[in-house]
Amino acid sequence: MFGLDNKDTRMLIIVAVLTLFAPFILNPFPTGSAMAQFNAGYPDLMQRFVIFGIFAIGFNILFGLTGYLSFGHAAFLGVGSYSAVWMFKLLSMNVVPAILLSVAISGLFALLIGFVSLRRSGIYFSILTLAFAQMSFNLAYSVLTPITNGETGLQLTLDDPRILGVSATADGSIPVTSLFGLEMRSTFEMVVGPWAFQFNVGYYLCALVLLAAFYLSIRIFRSPFGMMLRAVKSNQQRMNYTGLNTKPYTLAAFVISGMYAGLAGGLMASMDPLAGAERMQWTASGEVVLMTILGGAGTLIGPVLGAGFIKYFENIFSKINDTVLHNWFAFMPDGLEDFVVFIVHPFIGKGWHLTLGIMFMLVVVFLPGGLVEGGQRIGKWVKGRKNKDDSTSATKTPAE
Amino acid sequence: MGILEVKNVGKRFGGLQALGDVNLSVKENTVHAIIGPNGAGKSTLLNCLVGKLIPDTGSVMFDGQSVLGRKPFEINQMGISRVFQTPEIFGDLSVLENMMIPCFAKRDGAFSLNAISSVPAQKDVLEKAEAMLEEMNMADKRHMHSASLSRGDKRRLEIGMCLSQEPRLLLLDEPTAGMARADTNNTIDLLKEIKEQRDITIAIIEHDMHVVFSLADRITVLAQGTPLVEDDPQNIRGNPKVREAYLGESA
Repeated sequence: MFGLDNKDTRMLIIVAVLTLFAPFILNPFPTGSAMAQFNAGYPDLMQRFVIFGIFAIGFNILFGLTGYLSFGHAAFLGVGSYSAVWMFKLLSMNVVPAILLSVAISGLFALLIGFVSLRRSGIYFSILTLAFAQMSFNLAYSVLTPITNGETGLQLTLDDPRILGVSATADGSIPVTSLFGLEMRSTFEMVVGPWAFQFNVGYYLCALVLLAAFYLSIRIFRSPFGMMLRAVKSNQQRMNYTGLNTKPYTLAAFVISGMYAGLAGGLMASMDPLAGAERMQWTASGEVVLMTILGGAGTLIGPVLGAGFIKYFENIFSKINDTVLHNWFAFMPDGLEDFVVFIVHPFIGKGWHLTLGIMFMLVVVFLPGGLVEGGQRIGKWVKGRKNKDDSTSATKTPAE
Repeated sequence: MGILEVKNVGKRFGGLQALGDVNLSVKENTVHAIIGPNGAGKSTLLNCLVGKLIPDTGSVMFDGQSVLGRKPFEINQMGISRVFQTPEIFGDLSVLENMMIPCFAKRDGAFSLNAISSVPAQKDVLEKAEAMLEEMNMADKRHMHSASLSRGDKRRLEIGMCLSQEPRLLLLDEPTAGMARADTNNTIDLLKEIKEQRDITIAIIEHDMHVVFSLADRITVLAQGTPLVEDDPQNIRGNPKVREAYLGESA
């Protein structure tokens, strides 16, 4: 289907089902129950899942296929966000032109940075991209204040021109982002018994874009171009002596992944029309590297899983505080309760990075192929057990 | 006039004159061996032919065109393929994929942004790669991870990859270095077969005299960066100058 083989079609369908039914899947606990804080099915967080999923899918096209580790991809995300917000300020609140501009501008930006950075490979390439990203961050933070509004961040105001829209709505407030009149923030709430499921327009736009981005990445992975990118990772020497010019291949991969990052940035601004320099900081670049490796670099679905995993932990673990812990461990004797809370305390709230760090370490050490490898191992184990059962029953039959 | 004409090529690395004044002419559809003791400049010469090094002086003409100043991939597209001393293949890819890449390079050139069509849909490339694997007797290994092939099979695959580009000149850099006797003999048989069945010129650098004398039509002996003699194999065997270069004055 869609020019994909069976296995890839199945994967696309799985991702489609997961994203389209996310409001149900991520909301397994009834509202008001003790477990409700583990629910992730609210629009803001779901949007972040898919937007970072798109970011990581794009990053994986560069890192997973060619092996070039960029440490500055957040720069493209930031450029995408600024472009989108400028489109909201100048043209209209429609998200389509904003997203198109962010993809185009970040693509150009990636062409420029890639052209210079790709003159080197390995660690030098990583350092060059990191340097460019930090330069972009500092430009956005201070030097280019007229364009980026410095440390405050770029925001919409009541006196923006918005040629094709209105500067202010009838009641004097800033208009909201929309897709041809369909407001991004509008949410339909479905109440089923104790559960409340939220269906948000913005989330579904992001989810559809994610599906398109994922489909495109499958096509790239399975194309002759994708095979050449894997060949770049495997042996550049042989590439050169086989009449292939590696430079345009790596540059094309860099620009494509930069455009994915720009798309993610544009969507981020479309959901919440502001852009700040912190989006370009090196920690943000590092985060997408973590997502890709945690999920499984070079696999199709890995980056999406990694992005979901990290964003879930960031949002859920960081919300657990000592009061919540005391509630959980209230059944214990007083002294023991305090002790357990004291032990767990560094790993929650602001300390969630510690939990993430431990998980990342465990995955890299025991599952170098990321969460995808974990899934494959479980699959093999289940299959192995089944086969064992079959073979034991098969050997039994003749004896009877 | 040979297909490859090397004229007055010199190359200096700091204080070391690696190549003095090399003249070499490789005739079309022959096997030309370049031999010489360690440090004679064989590999330097080869690197000057494929664009890895640029000689300080002289000219290298392939089929009437200069190769100097061109990048390795451009020289390859002109029709010169190179086999390395240690087999250079795409270790992370399957054997079939390894064979498809040179077929793509032949069909689509040095770069093509063919990012939407799928690999299995490229029937012509797939057929060509399969046929070449058949010819190399490696069809049963097509789905193997190429890094897990034996040394001899890696060499076969690399030669097959070069041949699938239909080169006019095949350069072999010590193709049997570090091989067991059986693998060496297999490689010799393979090269003999290639020589008989194809319109191809082969230039080979080799240490192993057994390989050289079973394949070469013409031999150039290099010593200290300059060609000592160029002659037919039977004359090289008895040449006192060659013995001297290999074994020293006392011999």
